Amino acid sequence: MDAVLPILLTIIAAATPLVLAGIGELMVERSGVLNLGVEGMMIMGAVAGFGAAFMTGSPYLGILAAIAAGAAMALLFGFLTLTLATNQTATGLAITLLGLGLSGLIGKPFTGQPITRLPNWHGIDILVIFSFILTGAVAWFLFRSRAGLIVRAVGDNHTSAHTLGYPVIRVRYLAVLFGGGCAGLAGGYLSLSYTPQWIEGMTAGKGWIALALVVFASWRPWRLLAGAYLFGAISILAFTVQTFALGIPSQFLSALPYLVTVVALVIISRNRLMLRANTPACLGRPFVPDR
Amino acid sequence: MKSVPAQTPLLEARKLTKTFGALTANDAVDLVVREGEIHALLGENGAGKSTLVKMLYGALQPTSGALFWKGEAIAIANPAAARVLGIGMVFQHFSLFEALTAVENIALALPGDFDLAALSQRITTLSADYGLPLQPSATIADLSVGERQRVEIVRCLLQNPKLLILDEPTSVLTPQEAEQLFITLKRLAAEGCAILYISHRLEEVRRICQRATILRQGRVVAACDPRRETPASLARLMVGGDIHAVRAHRDEAAGPVRLKVNELSLPPDGPFSVALKDISLAVRGGEVFCIAGVAGNGQSELFDALSGERLADYGHAVEIDDQPAGRHGVNWRRRHGAAFVPEERLGHGAVPMFHLSDNVVLTRHAVDATVAANRRVLRPGARAIADRVIAAFDVRKGKPDPEARALSGGNLQKYVVGREMDRNPGVLVVNQPTWGVDAGAAATIRQALVDLATRGAAVLVISQDLDEIFEIADRIAVIARGELSEAHAAREMTPEMIGLYMAGMAEAAEAQAAGEGSHGPHP
Repeated sequence: MDAVLPILLTIIAAATPLVLAGIGELMVERSGVLNLGVEGMMIMGAVAGFGAAFMTGSPYLGILAAIAAGAAMALLFGFLTLTLATNQTATGLAITLLGLGLSGLIGKPFTGQPITRLPNWHGIDILVIFSFILTGAVAWFLFRSRAGLIVRAVGDNHTSAHTLGYPVIRVRYLAVLFGGGCAGLAGGYLSLSYTPQWIEGMTAGKGWIALALVVFASWRPWRLLAGAYLFGAISILAFTVQTFALGIPSQFLSALPYLVTVVALVIISRNRLMLRANTPACLGRPFVPDR
Repeated sequence: MKSVPAQTPLLEARKLTKTFGALTANDAVDLVVREGEIHALLGENGAGKSTLVKMLYGALQPTSGALFWKGEAIAIANPAAARVLGIGMVFQHFSLFEALTAVENIALALPGDFDLAALSQRITTLSADYGLPLQPSATIADLSVGERQRVEIVRCLLQNPKLLILDEPTSVLTPQEAEQLFITLKRLAAEGCAILYISHRLEEVRRICQRATILRQGRVVAACDPRRETPASLARLMVGGDIHAVRAHRDEAAGPVRLKVNELSLPPDGPFSVALKDISLAVRGGEVFCIAGVAGNGQSELFDALSGERLADYGHAVEIDDQPAGRHGVNWRRRHGAAFVPEERLGHGAVPMFHLSDNVVLTRHAVDATVAANRRVLRPGARAIADRVIAAFDVRKGKPDPEARALSGGNLQKYVVGREMDRNPGVLVVNQPTWGVDAGAAATIRQALVDLATRGAAVLVISQDLDEIFEIADRIAVIARGELSEAHAAREMTPEMIGLYMAGMAEAAEAQAAGEGSHGPHP
């Protein structure tokens, strides 16, 4: 048990940012928007959270700043893709590039600085607990509440939703802001709890993994949580195996979680019938109402 | 137009006008709908029916004019406001959410408490009451078109509508389903609900409607009692002239079999796709063979298998002039004399952003050296063909070689059909040749199909339009749930028999066929 607990705790630490960002993106995609800017929103959250905590000394203010930074990036993304109806794929990629660059600039003075870490018990802190609450809350919201039904309806057929009188653009704005806030929070977890310090490019592709997990989970919250923990477990496993010097190249082990994710995605995608039945039908399609 | 002062109309539109840029879709339209009447709104495609009802339903705002509800001037800002007034609408292209269940779809349109269990109960009760059986927990994607329409109607009925608008409701129904719908509508009217019924099927309008308003080119050209009119007089009002009937048929087809399908089976290729089960048919040179069926029963899957967009498991599944084609793609089939016109003209039959001449190249590049040779596109050749088709089919266009999307639906369909006919194919497969096409263009296309068969080609037409089928078919088969019925000579078939086949009741239909055979004039 003594050997298992530390491993379990590291798995939790690896999975939590994926859950936070993934659940946010799941909501965004359920509303029919493909946000490839998760990585950029996440790293902006990381730098803003760290900066706020460093300057005020309060990690809780850091959390709020992280959410706000992610949501601000999301607002920009929403303005471009929803109000101006730009191409969602290109815009999302631009947001990611912008976030990576801008965070490096903003974070320059914070590099190597210490902050007060979030209070925690062996690494389990308020954000870890919150990630579970968030998953349950989003699952309930999407499948049990009227508002969640509207989100799914907008993602399934925006024309019909508009005809019924639902404000498609506003629903999508809210979903995108929620997703951005979640991505920012995930970034904040990295810089306030996981490391805790600011390193340029510290998200290291976690935003992309979160995006892949949404598909992997076929847009279902609890499956996303399971996927995030599977991914976290494999990362930690690979890391642990490296220490035993089994002659397996370390590069291969570092790549293992990504390879497993790719394989899992391929296996899931093979069942095209199931995947298509779950995919929000309007995913990635801009909505422009008639006059 | 007369007015009855004794009763205030439920809904009245005065001088309603809607313009889109330079186009006037509705020009000073007057409309009066009274409680308890079934009121037909007639007109060709593009006459402005949809624009008018969208304004009544709040989905579009009029440019000018006034609306009165029970005598009071109102503005209907959006569909939600229309629903509050008591206006419900059943759309032609359904406004349902495919990934959601029936009860979820209905809940989205209803205000008030969000209690799906209680709502399911109400749906079950109400749908049983009106003879519209419905399973609330069913996902829309799994439902047939007729069942989807029921969901829409039940959704409207739950809001206790005072005015129910139906946009071409029977175009997707079997004749028997349509009968059931008429019963429901008559009962609703008897209960005091007004029904605005959009259709271009004149027979059914004459049967169930008490009044009709006829639109042509955005204007009201007549308001009449359809029961006192003939289909021909109504058609004249709609079109503004006579439509010449398709010239009568040639003799019994005696040519060799040119297109043959042997026990073709294909699995579905998507969650909303239909499996083809053991389909066999043979079309002879000189005949028009029609496949009837309600949309979504395997028509597009069959078309894809015939055209080579999907390959069969073995070559003999599809034979063109006795050569196995099942494993060959669309270009091979074209080289062997076949031509194909898919259902969707924009995006499948033609590329919207391409000029008409470029669209010629798309289906000719592998078969016509005047269009493409030595890996080069020969534009003069393509232009010549485009001009020939435009002249032969009277395609109306704004400039010499416009983009495909600039043509109206009817003109583009004439062009797409004409492009394939221009090759003088030995085998022609057409899916829904006149869907959404005005009556004049439809007549031109049907005549061309018949003429092509007369010249010795095998013509296979997949269509939902029974009037069209009876107009041009030599033989008729029915597709239902991916299975094809036995083919019968057109003169032995009745709409009722086709309806039974559509409902999957082959035995009953065969029995009727046998009955027809023994009692009919041709034993």
